[in-house]
Amino acid sequence: MVERTQPGASVHYADGPVRGFALAAVVWGVVGMLVGVIIAAQLTFPDMTYGIPWLSYGRLRPLHTNAVIFAFGGCALMATSLHVVQRTCQVPLFAPKLASFVFWGWQAVIVAAAVSLPLGYTQGKEYAELEWPIDLLIAVVWVAYAIVFFGTIGVRKVRHIYVANWFFGAFIIAVALLHIVNSAAMPVSLTKSYSAYAGVQDAMVQWWYGHNAVGFFLTAGFLGMMYYYIPKQAERPVYSYRLSIVHFWALIFTYMWAGPHHLHYTALPDWAQSVGMIFSLVLLAPSWGGMINGVMTLSGAWHKLRDDPILKFLIVALSFYGMSTFEGPMMSIKTVNSLSHYTDWTIGHVHSGALGWVGFISMGSLYYLIPRMFGQTKMFSTRAIELHFWIATLGVVLYIAAMWIAGVMQGLMWRALNADGTLVYTFVESVKATWPFYFIRLCGGLLYLGGMGVMAWNVVMTVRSGQAKPALIPRLATA
Amino acid sequence: MSEDTPIRGHARIETSNFLMIVLILLVIAVGGLVEIVPLFFQRSTTEPAPGIKPYEALQLVGRDVYLREGCYNCHSQMIRPLHAETLRYGHYSTAGEFVYDHPFQWGSKRTGPDLHRVGGKYSDEWHRLHLEGPRDLVPESNMPAYTWLSRTAVDPASVPPRLKAMQRLGVPYSDAEVAASAEAVKGKTEMDAVVAYLQSLGTHVK
Repeated sequence: MVERTQPGASVHYADGPVRGFALAAVVWGVVGMLVGVIIAAQLTFPDMTYGIPWLSYGRLRPLHTNAVIFAFGGCALMATSLHVVQRTCQVPLFAPKLASFVFWGWQAVIVAAAVSLPLGYTQGKEYAELEWPIDLLIAVVWVAYAIVFFGTIGVRKVRHIYVANWFFGAFIIAVALLHIVNSAAMPVSLTKSYSAYAGVQDAMVQWWYGHNAVGFFLTAGFLGMMYYYIPKQAERPVYSYRLSIVHFWALIFTYMWAGPHHLHYTALPDWAQSVGMIFSLVLLAPSWGGMINGVMTLSGAWHKLRDDPILKFLIVALSFYGMSTFEGPMMSIKTVNSLSHYTDWTIGHVHSGALGWVGFISMGSLYYLIPRMFGQTKMFSTRAIELHFWIATLGVVLYIAAMWIAGVMQGLMWRALNADGTLVYTFVESVKATWPFYFIRLCGGLLYLGGMGVMAWNVVMTVRSGQAKPALIPRLATA
Repeated sequence: MSEDTPIRGHARIETSNFLMIVLILLVIAVGGLVEIVPLFFQRSTTEPAPGIKPYEALQLVGRDVYLREGCYNCHSQMIRPLHAETLRYGHYSTAGEFVYDHPFQWGSKRTGPDLHRVGGKYSDEWHRLHLEGPRDLVPESNMPAYTWLSRTAVDPASVPPRLKAMQRLGVPYSDAEVAASAEAVKGKTEMDAVVAYLQSLGTHVK
């Protein structure tokens, strides 16, 4: 009691940046997914943006990936991590002004990306396309984010660091390391640079980065969300403390080795490919550890799934997580990879993770978070959440089923041989055969985007009917 | 904070911000160190394959156009040593062929075919027509048309700094080559450049 009234001690959480990031996540979600739908349409109808350089597929596809990963995913991660770290440490944010800088700095990065990528400014490495001045800004903002996050943990009033913060913390540290190493480049001008590495080394560094953009940005961070919002929404404690320890350390250690499975049968030396494959297979265990811990948290509360669409989002997210993290190790087996690599199967795999896991866990968490950030306990419309859930689920299923079939078909057509040993199909025959699946994928993407539109409407109505009130920090008996 | 309960096992880590940060950093550093560092010392990945030379000025400009237009989003430049693959695309790719590729352009997706040995397979004129309107030559193709390349001139003044930057990264361009690079692209369009780049791909291995 007494320690709360120390001079200068704040009694309210610093939720300004949380609110900003939560709303930005919804806005960038709509934008990023819209660009995704546009490029899916371009693959189906290639002359859709005929003759317009800044709308051509090769420039918009990096915009799509960067927008959904770093703008939508990044804002959702920053909103939830800054919310969770305050609630689980029982203190307001360390350096709240720096947290505001993180918010505006990150929005500046996103806008710079949205302008520079369509103009064709690129380093030419997947998910790391942004040119060097933007990379520098990212590094500065990221360090500020780390100071705010770990600073808040540093002044915590709770003795143990809660498990969600381990995952958020690992995500912040790993992304800093990956970004700095992979973005190293020699500037030619303000808008042009060449990667510091060449050939094999560049490929290995890129996929060490690329796979761990998945492992840390799109997995560890979102597991942090899972460890706070699922217990909260289900009103049940996390299933197993011991499992969370084991799978946390195993996950962050193992992920960092898995990059070479993106380079099977390439000119990367065989030893690196084999090491990458082995660790990718091992990765199944810690991944499923997380899924099991999340799903089992619902023990004794399964009935809640019936009429709580937020819980549906969170639990279905874990189901997709489990599926993708089974599929991933399977695709990392060299013989499977020889068929799946370079095909749309990979695109299907990525989207079962991105739409099913990352998207759903973010949406569920934001549906929990946003009303509470605006003085309410529920979204404006629960039926709209229900609607969002079903059209998004249908969208994901159409998307990934179409891409799986297309991918396996392409892989088989490319390797089919006639009795006399010649190739059965020309390349373009596989392009032609894929057309119906590109069309189905487009429909799936449209549904998913439609769901995001429903969410945006619901968020606007929720924000309009509530107000941003400072939240009191509860006083713990044995703080 | 109550400090009376003894701290043992993992509790020691999860009650210390410092330990948490340091251990995470150590644990995540291992994989990259083991997989990346040796590659800088493995001769097969650092020595140029026989006959490999740095890109000529116009080819390098074409490669930059290739990067800018995001061709790597749909085209790989990496032929795997698989039977059907070498039948379709030619000799499999080797590490020494990429030592001057900053950045590498192996790609991860084949919405279109692999391009690593496309050099010399089609005429310059075929490439020009194909880039201008892919469906004029391949009706089922879903490749975008790049109508702006032939209308855009290469700025000669922009070229020497590119070779200079490559030189700083260890690509063996002579100072004379850097100096002559502006002259080498004078009057050329981006279409000329990208065709020159495509025609250079994979040609030294027969």
